Amino acid sequence: MTISRRGFLQKSGSLVVTFSLASLASRAQTTPAPPSAAQPSVGAPPPPPVDGFIAIGADGKVTVFSGKVDLGTGVRTAIAQIAAEELTVPFTSVEVIQGDTLLTPDQGVTFGSLSIQNGGTQIRLAAATAREALLGKAAEKLGVPRTELTIHDGRIEAKGSGKGVTYAELVGGKKLEIKLDPKAPLKDTESYSIVGKPVPRLDIPGKVTGRFMYMQDFKREGMVHARVIRPAGVKASLESFDDAAAKKIPGFLTTVRRGNFLAVVAKNEWAAIKASRAVKAKWSDWAGLPDGSKIWEWLRQVKVNKDEVLQKAGDVAGPIKAAKKLTATYDFAIHTHGSIGPSCAVAEAKDGKITVWTASQATHLLQRQLALMLGLKDAEVRCIYIDGSGCYGRNGHEDAAADAVLIALEVKKPVRVQWSRADEHGWDPKGPPTLHDFRASLDEGGMPVSWESEVFLPDRPAKISCALVGAQLSGLPTDVPSGHPGGVQQSLAIAYSVPNVKVTAHWLDETPFRASWIRTPGRMQNTYANESFIDECAAAAGIDPLDYRRRLLKDPRGLELLDRLAKLANWTPRAKGSARGGGEVVTGRGMSYVKYELVRTYVGVVADVEVNRKTGAVKVKKFYIAHDCGQIINPDGVRNQLEGNVVQTTSRVLFEQLTFDRSKVTSLDWATYPILTFPDAPAVAIDLIDRPKEVPWGAGEPTAAVVPAAIANAIYDATGARLRSVPFTPNKVLAALKG
Amino acid sequence: MPTTIAFRLNGKATRLRVDDPQMPLLYALRNDLGLQGPRFGCGLGQCGACTVHVDGEAVRSCVTPVAAIKGRKVVTLEGLGTPEHPDPLQQAFIDEQAVQCGYCINGMIMQAKAMLNANPHPTEDQIRQELAQNLCRCGTHVRIVRAIQRASGGDAK
Repeated sequence: MTISRRGFLQKSGSLVVTFSLASLASRAQTTPAPPSAAQPSVGAPPPPPVDGFIAIGADGKVTVFSGKVDLGTGVRTAIAQIAAEELTVPFTSVEVIQGDTLLTPDQGVTFGSLSIQNGGTQIRLAAATAREALLGKAAEKLGVPRTELTIHDGRIEAKGSGKGVTYAELVGGKKLEIKLDPKAPLKDTESYSIVGKPVPRLDIPGKVTGRFMYMQDFKREGMVHARVIRPAGVKASLESFDDAAAKKIPGFLTTVRRGNFLAVVAKNEWAAIKASRAVKAKWSDWAGLPDGSKIWEWLRQVKVNKDEVLQKAGDVAGPIKAAKKLTATYDFAIHTHGSIGPSCAVAEAKDGKITVWTASQATHLLQRQLALMLGLKDAEVRCIYIDGSGCYGRNGHEDAAADAVLIALEVKKPVRVQWSRADEHGWDPKGPPTLHDFRASLDEGGMPVSWESEVFLPDRPAKISCALVGAQLSGLPTDVPSGHPGGVQQSLAIAYSVPNVKVTAHWLDETPFRASWIRTPGRMQNTYANESFIDECAAAAGIDPLDYRRRLLKDPRGLELLDRLAKLANWTPRAKGSARGGGEVVTGRGMSYVKYELVRTYVGVVADVEVNRKTGAVKVKKFYIAHDCGQIINPDGVRNQLEGNVVQTTSRVLFEQLTFDRSKVTSLDWATYPILTFPDAPAVAIDLIDRPKEVPWGAGEPTAAVVPAAIANAIYDATGARLRSVPFTPNKVLAALKG
Repeated sequence: MPTTIAFRLNGKATRLRVDDPQMPLLYALRNDLGLQGPRFGCGLGQCGACTVHVDGEAVRSCVTPVAAIKGRKVVTLEGLGTPEHPDPLQQAFIDEQAVQCGYCINGMIMQAKAMLNANPHPTEDQIRQELAQNLCRCGTHVRIVRAIQRASGGDAK
């Protein structure tokens, strides 16, 4: 690409709001920040950082430069709403450029439900800065005090006089750079006409007609197609290969080998696929994976690098008078992202520089990983985001980009790498196996007097970073300090008032597969265990589970949410499995609650389930959700996310589990890694609590956190059996019913 | 052996020369004929992202050899409508905002369209059964069902 950032801005606009990192940091302090949450832990942005957020062109068009990208969540639309609202321009005059390392600022990886909370807040401030600057210029030009000015659709008018000037006229042909003002006054939310409204998503008409271009559709002049040939074992070595048969395939170009990285290149995609099947590769025997049938025993013997106390109150080891004691262990299987479109990337190497088109949720992090892999400077690698299939975390997009780069360096042409279904299921990084131990003591009244929980999670040594698989196979450097799942210990600390509490994370030295983040990483597993165990306590006490939580909560916002949930679901007090019937198919309802990471979005859910006691099959009939994420930017966008959270997590909880032998992943397609299908999708009822004056928190993940326990608790309500191992397969349900 | 295959694509007579008549139709549509509605999802006929109509029937183009469509009528998502003039079913998906990442949506619309052609007023259960072999990962199921109900004049609850 020859386009430079300067060139782009000169062409597209002349009022640009820039920022210094200091101004962002000072603002961050005034916004309740999610703690370590999903922020990349280390890794300063490359100097000099791209520092523009918003440009207003001489034509009045607004360009927003967003480091956060739309992963199919509707964030592009929401960001445009925020900018249009704060600038007071028509929604249609805003264009959003996303995740281009040459053009957009590094706002961190698009994860952790932070796109609106952090990314959107920064863009809102940039828009407010621009509006204030334009108001100042208009006051001068019109000779009217600023207090006498109003704005309509990008035109500033003197009240009552009809005199006015448009943003476009004010910008004119001049170039004006202004620094982001962290204290710029924000519009009163009472006057909003775009934010808080269900604005239809910008991308949907194109997506339902085949007009929308996905990463997988992107083409470059002279582009060739490649497929990677995967090792027979995760860490097997390539001993030899024979590509004689591949060479006979019309369109075949070449085989690329670099260490254990092996790929074929062809003029067209089908020839590349056929060639990848025709190459005979001989791999060393490697069988270093643990026994999948004894994964939890294996996990318990892994070396613990350190113990971290996450929450402490009173003394759980002190003298506690307990009327009842409870213990439970919960486990949560390894999951794959399961993107419907396998990962894809196009790379071009030219004049010592690399350009990659990618659906990565982390173009800036990918830029650093690729530069490190190749020994280049960050600025010599440009990553450009194009929407892909939903990824729900770090799937194979980044790895496909590395594959494409490695091959492009060899063939000197633009290279498209499309992963196969087996590549995606077998080689994307995984959500690690997670194990929890719980202990509690209840007093005479059944309320908890002590609460202890321990979680076993992969630590962050270099050997389990989210390395680029292509770099690993080629023996090239790949460890970037920020390439780790962040904040997976979050949400294990509890919001409930218990006098003696100890919550501990055991950070493990090993995990079987490259550990990655999948929607609600750690928080889902932790909330599953917490909200299952509190339900076990309520049942032991013979107290209605919703009332039990209410008694333990002090937070008025949380209590209001529980009231709204009870009303929405028409909750009736239930203790000791009030729904249990005697037939083959029994029904039950369960609930679950979280204040996400203890600092943001509140969500509570009720699940209605049906359990077939003969087959062990569980069907989730309906979910009720009460949700408070503070200010809502786009209520329909939030609803869409919440529905997705429920359905996707129901799938994970009922059906999903990675399978593997001692060498490799064996669940390589949708038959061996089944996910939920239409007949099993629950209905969803939602009560959105909108608080326009509050910080806009995220909605992409928190609801997923409460789904697993709500289902487990509903199964208990229906049957009296506790499901403490995800997924809740019919076999496990039958075993629990017998148990 | 290179072969020329004649068929109708979105209403137009089309001739395509291919190196390998066993190549799946999906690659012909996407790479040789400039269409991007049908999508590669699994190459195994398991997910439905590649669905097109062949003589009015929903088929998986990733496992249909291009030779098999000789003389037949193929319709893709682009053949139903455009953003400017969407088919009523496409419009219903827009109205219900029944998309998240949208990668599966081609299959949802093509599968549902074939059903509606044969059964214009399906029940919710019939819709769910019809789409049982179409996978969505974002969890847009609830909205997709509503969109199809809307297009069929049923109650979109």
